[in-house]
Amino acid sequence: MRIGVVCPYSWDVPGGVQYHVRDLANWLIARGHDVSVLAPADDDTPLPPYVVGAGRAVPVRYNGSVARLNFGFLSAARVRRWIHDGDFDVLHIHEPATPSLSLLACWSASGPVVATFHTSNPRSRAMIAAYPILQPALEKISARIAVSEYARRTLVEHLGGDAVVIPNGVEVAFFADAAPDPAWQGTAVAPTLGFIGRIDEPRKGLPVLMAAFPKIAAAFPGVRLLVAGRGDAEEAAEDLPDALRGQVTFLGMISDAEKARLLRSVDVYVAPNTGGESFGIILVEAMSAGAPVLASDLDAFRQVLDGGRAGELFDNEDADALADAAITLLRNPARRTELRDIGSRHVRRYDWETVGADILGVYETVTAGADSLLGPGD
Amino acid sequence: MMTAVWIIIAVVAVGIYLSWTAGRLDRLHARVDSTRAALDAQLVRRASIALEIATSGLLDPASSLVLAGAAHDARGAAEDDREIAESELTRALRIVFEEPGQVEDLRARLGGDELVGELQTAVRRVPMARRFHNDAVRSARAVRRHRLVRYLRLAGHAPYPVTFEMDDEEPPTLLPGGTATG
Repeated sequence: MRIGVVCPYSWDVPGGVQYHVRDLANWLIARGHDVSVLAPADDDTPLPPYVVGAGRAVPVRYNGSVARLNFGFLSAARVRRWIHDGDFDVLHIHEPATPSLSLLACWSASGPVVATFHTSNPRSRAMIAAYPILQPALEKISARIAVSEYARRTLVEHLGGDAVVIPNGVEVAFFADAAPDPAWQGTAVAPTLGFIGRIDEPRKGLPVLMAAFPKIAAAFPGVRLLVAGRGDAEEAAEDLPDALRGQVTFLGMISDAEKARLLRSVDVYVAPNTGGESFGIILVEAMSAGAPVLASDLDAFRQVLDGGRAGELFDNEDADALADAAITLLRNPARRTELRDIGSRHVRRYDWETVGADILGVYETVTAGADSLLGPGD
Repeated sequence: MMTAVWIIIAVVAVGIYLSWTAGRLDRLHARVDSTRAALDAQLVRRASIALEIATSGLLDPASSLVLAGAAHDARGAAEDDREIAESELTRALRIVFEEPGQVEDLRARLGGDELVGELQTAVRRVPMARRFHNDAVRSARAVRRHRLVRYLRLAGHAPYPVTFEMDDEEPPTLLPGGTATG
């Protein structure tokens, strides 16, 4: 099948949508499909052979945050040429409602179009104002995919209609087969907790975990906290009592392989995020690596953890509740083993093997419908 | 003189708008038709694989009979009874494959793994195709509700699009990762 994929965000900036597009393209190519990805990129960025650069993206303030986007006459012409030259059986557009390559591709598309909606935002004034402009372009989409039930709800509220939910994919085996690092492994009396995420981004919730840490340390004096992620470690540890500083290790930015080993090693992975998550891929990665997960009860997390069946939940932004839940979990090895078991089964639905097949299923459904119209009859 | 120019401009503008809307509507009707064709294909595929499993002799006779009956009815249903018949097949599949052990057992038999795989694919794609179809119907209806479209009959003779309503919840035991639950 010839598949054209449009990614609205710069290929040179790491991000969830970019990773998803990259993994999807690799998965499809490995199965013999012909894939071309159109994405914004600086002209001198080295790109994988399947990516076509669409020029430099311009930082613009849109919908409350600064996004790097492509628009204008030149970009539109490039998109049109790419679609024309590609002669795709199906066009897969990510985030079609962003004023970037995706929306331009929607405008120019003539064949079957599949779109994936990644974000979940509360209904905004800007979106309501933009609705009449977006509607004719979005009407061309034959199949809509939302990455979570939460994202689907946003989509239904903003644009009406419906979508199928296909989650983001994770390379489960990569995490499941990683070798644990003895330095990061805990013991019954001195367990280890893990946290991965931007240190200086309050929404990732490190301050909540830091506030809970003294109480956890009171119950488990030997407990260690391993923090991986970009940001100022000094600042993050500021409010921590001096006696406990030695028990918190800041690892800085770590590679994917190190991330997998860290998740394989820790006794509990803590996700104290306070908001702004539409999916929570890190929880799936932690479960893939067999780490018991303790997460704040955000809608998105609740869904990924199957309502608390595949991981423990605590009241969002409540450091006390986090500490209590962590202590209970650390005192109960049987429950942790059970969570590892449930988790490793639960993640199968997020494995690229399943997710890729579902997305391919959508392509086939859409192209089958389009072909049937060209056949005899109508 | 100026008024005449303005009138001509206005008429041309309205004409362009109307022709653009008609094109838009035409595209939407094509989408309704193609998503409906895709849904039909998926429903037929599901009924066929269900019938194949029922007649394979790999299931116990009681389950086989329940499944064969529902699959047969779904495949032969008249247009008006289709939604009910397909829902019945969904329920039959849920009942027959309620126990994870049933799925494991079928998988373990010769050729069973392949049949379960195909059924898994089929029961996943029906809800997909149905959502895409109903989504297309909703879009087409939204445009057809416009006053201008109604008064000028821009929709022509195209039938008013209808959604396809059925129970399409797949058996939980057939979800990826669902079969191993004890």
